[in-house]
Amino acid sequence: MTNVLGLILAGGQGTRLGVLTEKIPKPAVQFGGKYRIIDFTLSNCVNSGIYRIGVLTQYRPHLLNKHIGIGKPWDLDRKGGGVTILQPYSTLTESVWYKGTADAIYQNIEFIDEYEPEYIVVLSGDHIYSMDYSEFVYYHVSKGALATIACMEVPISEAHRFGIMITDIDNRIVEFQEKPKQPKSNMASLGIYVFSWEFIKQVLIDDAKDESSDHDFGKNIIPKILSTEKVYAFPFEGYWQDVGTIMSYWESNLELVRPIPPFNIHDSNWRIYTRSEEMQPAYVSPSGEVRNSIVSEGCEIFGLVENSIISQGVSIGNGSVIRNSVIMTKVEIGDNVIVEDAIIAENTVIRNNCRIGLGEYAESKYDKKVYNSHITVVGMDSMIEEECELGKNVVIANDRIVPRGTKIESGGFFF
Amino acid sequence: MKVLGLILAGGKSEALGKLVYKRASAAVPVFGKYRAIDFTLSNMVNSGIYKVGVMTQYNPRSLMDHLGSGKEWDLDRKHGGLYILQPYLGMTGEYWYRGTADAIFQNTTMLRRGDEDYVLIGSGDHVYKMLYNDMFSYHFAKGADITLLVKDLDETYDISQYGTVITEPDGRIVQITEKVQNPQTRKAFLGVYFINKFLLLELLYDTVPTGKYDLLLDVIIPNLSKLRVYAYEFNGYWRNVKKGINEYYKMNMEVLNIRELREELFVKNGKVYTKLKDYPPAKFTGTAKVTNSMVADGCIVSGSVKNSVLFRGVVVKAGARVENSIIMQDTVIEEGALVKNAIVDKNCVVRAEQMLVGDFEPVVLEKWMVI
Repeated sequence: MTNVLGLILAGGQGTRLGVLTEKIPKPAVQFGGKYRIIDFTLSNCVNSGIYRIGVLTQYRPHLLNKHIGIGKPWDLDRKGGGVTILQPYSTLTESVWYKGTADAIYQNIEFIDEYEPEYIVVLSGDHIYSMDYSEFVYYHVSKGALATIACMEVPISEAHRFGIMITDIDNRIVEFQEKPKQPKSNMASLGIYVFSWEFIKQVLIDDAKDESSDHDFGKNIIPKILSTEKVYAFPFEGYWQDVGTIMSYWESNLELVRPIPPFNIHDSNWRIYTRSEEMQPAYVSPSGEVRNSIVSEGCEIFGLVENSIISQGVSIGNGSVIRNSVIMTKVEIGDNVIVEDAIIAENTVIRNNCRIGLGEYAESKYDKKVYNSHITVVGMDSMIEEECELGKNVVIANDRIVPRGTKIESGGFFF
Repeated sequence: MKVLGLILAGGKSEALGKLVYKRASAAVPVFGKYRAIDFTLSNMVNSGIYKVGVMTQYNPRSLMDHLGSGKEWDLDRKHGGLYILQPYLGMTGEYWYRGTADAIFQNTTMLRRGDEDYVLIGSGDHVYKMLYNDMFSYHFAKGADITLLVKDLDETYDISQYGTVITEPDGRIVQITEKVQNPQTRKAFLGVYFINKFLLLELLYDTVPTGKYDLLLDVIIPNLSKLRVYAYEFNGYWRNVKKGINEYYKMNMEVLNIRELREELFVKNGKVYTKLKDYPPAKFTGTAKVTNSMVADGCIVSGSVKNSVLFRGVVVKAGARVENSIIMQDTVIEEGALVKNAIVDKNCVVRAEQMLVGDFEPVVLEKWMVI
């Protein structure tokens, strides 16, 4: 894979994750107890032998920059290559943000050319999956393709959310529909591409001049290059999740605790690497109980944990009950607290006798589009003082202090 | 002021039995993910010492594998960093390290070459958490030539196993007694020396060539009247893994039972660094029953675990019972098995329905064994 350069698009906010992506971009959101979402794609790269990677950032990149650093946890602190963070920049004549996925690559042509790659793999830092990109690239080469798109069968009812591909018997793409109202097939694009570099470079240069273009791979580039008749679909079978909504984020986390999880983070042949703080093994006290859960290092558990993801350095006090919840790094939960159906973001403190996730679902009074499930979300670096009661589908913003005894009914919010 | 760290990690320890058949005592795994040497090494790095020599001799393979390039301790550096100092063949002679003083003497090049003025000598067998900086300040405030780390050991320690010191009221050491039945004090020397580098070189050249090889007995004790040797008192938790299986077992259990101790060892005064394994977080299935136990990353627990330490990657299957035990990395306890009062080393398998039960003294299962 020395002639391949990986480019990870990690600039998106992921607006449908609400407060979880207010301070950090979606690829930096924690997942599965010790990881951040981008770890899956980065680990796929190194597990596939791709050691030359550019990560394109834009939205609130600080945490992501710190997380990736010089790439040490992924063995990407290399002499030739390694990982490079590519942020939008200004030039003598202009200073612009990345206008779209294709533009982001276009603006980094010089960086890519330095490596003289034969192929580039364009990836997203938003997805949870394991894929061997070397198979993907070999497939591309063996088909004699100029572009190859990874795709997966989805339920036809879901197809309108994706780019849909219509292929011939050889998996050559003959038609491409971007988020169609009436999909002609259920082969959905995963937004993961292999391109022959010299070819796509010219296409990107031409597209940059086109003022009517949105400079987006799915919308503009792929339909344009179909005429070359050398665009192929790479059928991917396996677990793939976009975790784009609060519900899907919560669900895919909790799927990890199933007896036979659809996505196996315990696969020793496909390790997922991350930068995580050095912490001691988790401790479960005589009063503690843990069932059907993932518990990370540094945790001190004195209460009951059931069907939940407990991230690094979380403490859970005596008499507390955590059910069906995702608790992120360094959250402190006091004594006699009940947390059900909730996502508690990093560094938040929940004091004694609070109850979270009470009652029945009610429509969100804050934002119906984002908060459309029964999950209660508490933002990062917040504090919920003693004896607060929060219903279902409640949202608490980042960096807030909810005063003692506050009661928020289902569907409510605290900003 | 620059300080060179030296860690003595070459010693053999018969008291640890099967645990050290294939490893140095400094490499003995403790507390679910660490090895003994991690504590002294992390203490040094956390105190700002970034040039550390580790002296190995006995069974060094696993220790070397663990230390690697020193990356995990931020010791993969251009200047300084980690040095593994092994016995070597030379033009004039071929010797193993014949004692602690000899081990340092054979590596005087390392002392002479660097720009450090002081040397901190510690042991890879000791488990404690400390920043050495206050000890350094004490050394200068007292105008000491050598400062030794000491601690009043309570009745839970067998004092006859330790060297003890007698000090003047201002802390100057007037007498050191090595391992006697009823010492005059319970103030034990903890094996940590702080000394000016050039003074150390002088003392070594004065003793080692005359066939005296022990740093404490031959270098420090004979010079107590000539040199200002001071005792700096350490008040925290301190254990020496080398003292035997029981001591080793006891310290692992202490960490389970005392929350403040986990704070002290793992959270306060900097982290303890160790070799990363990139295991995923532990998974507890629906049948898991875990109480008063430590569970490291990568474990999959379906059985019942009580008063035990599970190292990284341990699998306890449904119906298996683990009690009062220490289970090391990647060991598998199969369905219905019972492991009680036991220390099970790495990569073992206790097959379904099998029993491994110790009594007063924990039973030890060697690496790679299958029951």
